Amino acid sequence: MANSTPDGTIRLEVFRYSPEKTEAPWYQTYEVPFRKDWVVLDALNYIKDQSDGSLTFRWSCRMGVCGSCGMMVNGIPKLSCAAFLRDYYPNPIRVEPLANFPVLRDLVFQLDSFIEKLKSVQPWIVRKQEKPVSEGEYLQSPAEHARYKDFSMCINCMLCYAACPVVGLEPEFLGPAAIALAQRYNFDSRDQGRSLRQEVVASHDGIWQCTFVGECSAVCPKHVDPAGAIQQAKVASTVDWFKEVLWPWGAAR
Amino acid sequence: MGSGTMKPYVRPMPATWWLQRGPYVFFMLRELTSVFVAAYLVLFLVMIDRLHQGPAAYQSFLEMLKSPLAIVFHVVALAFALFHTFTWFNLTPKALVIRTGEKRVPPAAIIAPNYLAWIVISVIIGWIVVKG
Repeated sequence: MANSTPDGTIRLEVFRYSPEKTEAPWYQTYEVPFRKDWVVLDALNYIKDQSDGSLTFRWSCRMGVCGSCGMMVNGIPKLSCAAFLRDYYPNPIRVEPLANFPVLRDLVFQLDSFIEKLKSVQPWIVRKQEKPVSEGEYLQSPAEHARYKDFSMCINCMLCYAACPVVGLEPEFLGPAAIALAQRYNFDSRDQGRSLRQEVVASHDGIWQCTFVGECSAVCPKHVDPAGAIQQAKVASTVDWFKEVLWPWGAAR
Repeated sequence: MGSGTMKPYVRPMPATWWLQRGPYVFFMLRELTSVFVAAYLVLFLVMIDRLHQGPAAYQSFLEMLKSPLAIVFHVVALAFALFHTFTWFNLTPKALVIRTGEKRVPPAAIIAPNYLAWIVISVIIGWIVVKG
């Protein structure tokens, strides 16, 4: 934790939910020291260490890599390790669990639905026939790597799901990160699994649910641009459709 | 996970969700533009029908267009049509990615041809209207 001296205090209004205590959630206010180099996660850790050990939240790396400390900070999905108190001071900060997910306790939400969606797109390299190790690696040029590199930066933090109103309205929607990761492998020159992924990506709950609000890309801390991935998948799926309808002999996968 | 012992709390999503943040309002406005674009097309089809009915029907239709209500509708529809055009043109680089080797063609180079085509087509239509 930072060593700077506090410069007054800042108020945090934190979403609390304890299923064994109450049916409904409530907001609890905490005064924490204001330090210029503190982020919301530092303030939450201060609360947990100094005043209220029952406050529950997820975190790990403190440096924007692990993707576990995503929270709504004043209504906007953010990594709490990257949301500086100084950007809100002297106003109070409202901290809530990521939107569009069921809450288990305080700031901890249930991410099972996301994990299922992620698995359904088979986010790994799929080969029709694996070649034996003795034949060596699957080689790739820098240009081929550049094609999917941005999409591969995803850290599964789920901020994009919290930013997407379609996820809130249609909980079955495959969602931004899962589609971006499907595209990450579809664009990989070593992969041969696009037609398998298409069954999920181009299904009823896939890309066509997206109305292109675009906020998934706006909140992404890794500049993955899931909104772009989805629109590109829509274009590719439309091309597939035209090929099948107008050019039946060309639709061979 | 022993979800049997958990009581996940599902937060309700209010019907006013789109009023809660600027970008959502902006999105809803963009969606709303389609209503005005469609309404203008209906008006345009009615005009063609009146033209088909004969000079008297067409003339009375033109008189109707001079009413304050019709003028207000045209101004609002134009504003929404321009909003529709600008926002969608500016989003084209999201759907269309062109690469040259390791580099991506800059988004501005994807957007520019849309505006160019828009200007060229508008000039041609303007020319037909004025000369015709």
